[in-house]
Amino acid sequence: MNSVTIRHLLTRGMLAGLGAGVLALVVAYLLGEPRVDAAIAFEEAHSHEHEMEVVSRGLQSTAGLATGVLLYGVALGGIAALAFCIALGRIGRFGPRATAALLSGAALLAVYLVPFLKYPANPPSVGEPDTIGKRTALYFLMMLLSVLLAVAATILGRRLAPRLGNWYATVAAGAAFGVAIGLAYAFLPAVNEVPKDFSATLLWQFRLSAIAVQLVLWTAFGLLFGHLAERVIAPERATAPAEAAPAAS
Amino acid sequence: MAQTIAPPATGTAAPAPLPLKAIAPWALFVGVLMLVLLYFIGAEQGATSVMSGSDVHEWVHDGRHLLGFPCH
Repeated sequence: MNSVTIRHLLTRGMLAGLGAGVLALVVAYLLGEPRVDAAIAFEEAHSHEHEMEVVSRGLQSTAGLATGVLLYGVALGGIAALAFCIALGRIGRFGPRATAALLSGAALLAVYLVPFLKYPANPPSVGEPDTIGKRTALYFLMMLLSVLLAVAATILGRRLAPRLGNWYATVAAGAAFGVAIGLAYAFLPAVNEVPKDFSATLLWQFRLSAIAVQLVLWTAFGLLFGHLAERVIAPERATAPAEAAPAAS
Repeated sequence: MAQTIAPPATGTAAPAPLPLKAIAPWALFVGVLMLVLLYFIGAEQGATSVMSGSDVHEWVHDGRHLLGFPCH
């Protein structure tokens, strides 16, 4: 019975991730692609060697982008659904919709925004090809740290709740998370490989559009998955308040 | 009269937690599968390569940049 519930939540999480991915794809195409193209134009004007195109720009910016964003949505939707199964009924008196919304907000923060503030998204031509190994390792390390610390802060908050009350327990856990992230920011090495004459405006716009993609992805996921999860967990509550009718005599 | 107000009690009760033992097998298999998928979108043929060539990297190139992964 429980296994069936979990399977239903998992498939709905992946579906919601796909749906959210479609919206994020629209944002990535409309806001992101013009900046990627501008950055590639900069790269081509400044590089001496001309690389052979393996995949054409036309494909990269459409089918390639869609593959990346949609699979990203499905994968994170699945993982978020698993996290939802664990969080439901364990993080306080929140129903399925509220749990999904809180989880999506936390995921946006821990999976994306916190790593982004240390190692932000970069357009083509920003970043030395020789340091890709180091940069990838640091980025994934920062993401892992951020997610683990967010989970630890949530557990800490629940432990403190009986003593401090929900409000101050949440504030204390949030503060602990902030301090731990601050320490990670301070001790992990900085990466700054922006070419000297690269447009600051273009870099800023590219990074804003990258944030917009994630904002849309997680907002859409939270609302979509919350709607679907409510119907799995509490179908009688999700459909209509018809239950009240028999009492009206 | 009673039909105009929805019962508020159902909105405040927290749902019963799902047992962790039932979640564990799903978390293990599906979780790992999803992480492998994320690896192929985010890092394959960049810092590390399971497959030779650069087809995967080139295909998801724009997605990698716009999703915040270090690309090249």
